[in-house]
Amino acid sequence: MGEKVLMKGNEAVAEAAIMAGCRCFFGYPITPQNEIPEYMSRRMPEVGGVFLQAESEVAGSNMVYGAACAGARVMTTSSSPGISLMQEAISYMAGAELPCVVVNIVRGGPGLGGIQGAQSDYFQATKGGGHGDYHLLVLGPSTVQELVDLTMEAFDLADMYRNPVMILGDAILGQMMEPVEMRKRPPRADLPPKTWATTGAAGRPKNVITSLYLDPAKLEKHNLRLAEKYKRMAAEEVRYATHMTEDADVVLVAYGTTARIARAALDRARERGLRVGLFRPISLWPFPYEALATAAAGAAHVLVVEMSLGQMVEDVRLALGETKPVHFYGRTGGMSPSPREILDDIVKIVERGA
Amino acid sequence: MQKVFGRPEALADVPTHYCPGCTHGIIHRLIAEVIDELGVRERTVGISPVGCAVLAYDYFNCDFVEASHGRAPAVATGIKRASPNSVVFTYQGDGDLASIGAGEIVHAASRGEKITVIFVNNAIYGMTGGQMAPTTLPGQKTTTSPRGRDPEVAGHPIRVCELLSSLSGAAYIARVSVTSPANVAKARRAVKKAFETQLEGKGFSLVEFLSTCPTNWGMTPVEALKWVDDKMAVYYPLGEYTRVPEVG
Repeated sequence: MGEKVLMKGNEAVAEAAIMAGCRCFFGYPITPQNEIPEYMSRRMPEVGGVFLQAESEVAGSNMVYGAACAGARVMTTSSSPGISLMQEAISYMAGAELPCVVVNIVRGGPGLGGIQGAQSDYFQATKGGGHGDYHLLVLGPSTVQELVDLTMEAFDLADMYRNPVMILGDAILGQMMEPVEMRKRPPRADLPPKTWATTGAAGRPKNVITSLYLDPAKLEKHNLRLAEKYKRMAAEEVRYATHMTEDADVVLVAYGTTARIARAALDRARERGLRVGLFRPISLWPFPYEALATAAAGAAHVLVVEMSLGQMVEDVRLALGETKPVHFYGRTGGMSPSPREILDDIVKIVERGA
Repeated sequence: MQKVFGRPEALADVPTHYCPGCTHGIIHRLIAEVIDELGVRERTVGISPVGCAVLAYDYFNCDFVEASHGRAPAVATGIKRASPNSVVFTYQGDGDLASIGAGEIVHAASRGEKITVIFVNNAIYGMTGGQMAPTTLPGQKTTTSPRGRDPEVAGHPIRVCELLSSLSGAAYIARVSVTSPANVAKARRAVKKAFETQLEGKGFSLVEFLSTCPTNWGMTPVEALKWVDDKMAVYYPLGEYTRVPEVG
């Protein structure tokens, strides 16, 4: 084990990016993620990298598109309303197959919403967000350490698949301080060289980066090729964690910050003799459908907990079908569920179901 | 036999889709000639817009990126900042640059991004079929100003060179046309100065071309060239708008 340092989630994500070789950052101020661009503005010049505060999220995300075209490891970060503005560039980058990392420190919506943590951007992150048939790899860390580890890995995954990768955090995770080990990880050795990058056609035919296919037959072919890639991602990049699901009568399903609260509720339930387990999706796209079905196979009930009015619960229902009741408990608008509220719901379900 | 005229290396050997009488072809050629003359083809990255020139990446023989509508200056910024040795130029129409991309162009200029912008102003949206542009002249008829542009309703045309030349980061700004051999020669000099401004690291450079759209203007190519001289060049005076002040 290396030395642990106490870091705020937002600053940890910035340093993790730099340790992963990110040398370009473009962003626009928005609460609750401002520590990231502030950190980058100090740190990037020290490592010979680029920090640029864009005039808007629209421009910033298109700067990311440009830097990715040049073959750079590039990141932008924002929070919900800003991520909405970035959907144009995200769709173009998915279409043009450009690697980048986008961090969403989610706040409550819709509209200007609020600045407290929420999970109400799950649909946007995992079901498209922008226009067209595409997917992002979406990772939902639940601790500052995991935020660091997944951010570092995200750069490799982006380069491996030539696809934008999104880290879906929230204001609570971004603002909390936790001890974290900054384990520097070199880029994966098997990453494909960026022979497609537009760095000048010196001694080679020109490279063109575009998402335009005016011939519908060619666009369909392009989309089908992308679909093959998404299929590969779905087969190889599923991540999840389970806790005490083996004997569980009730399996809680929660990701990110909510999974920590669910874990506290689980501990209290176990103290009362209730057999409760926790299934925590880490990759939100691809969603761990099969692993969830397996983990919940012996349970009588599944309770999904989110800081939203019910978004991931739709994927849980897809995973489990009609095999067992899928219950939902959510708080929204920047409110978070308490362990007590979750425990009360567990007790209700057990009493009603018995 | 001595070869006295040929295709620039930076121009691809393919037919373009541009309409008869449209001056995109001349403008493409001038850029390619300058890229060749400066010997920077293998360092150059072009950015095409959304508009008639969307397929410019097929016509130039250098690396190229297709940007979303209006965002070419932001994309160029990302490329240039990540790869400062690249020679980066955008090629944008009036709807792309002066309407949906008005924010991006102003801030790229104000930051003094070391990029070159080729701005093709034909006072109309060509590719989408002749709608009113931010540079459509007062009284000019388009498919969305069928009674002629009424500034009371639709506002006034934007003079991009004058607007951008007020920004300290704008190192070279010029407006040209290609309506005569003399104007073509002047335009070529302006494009060269713009690229040299970038190569010398002086800051942002932009050349605005007053261009034609015979198809959507409902004119013959010759009438269209005359309309550029008689109407457009009156509202949009040709010339250089700003230069980096001499040091010392």
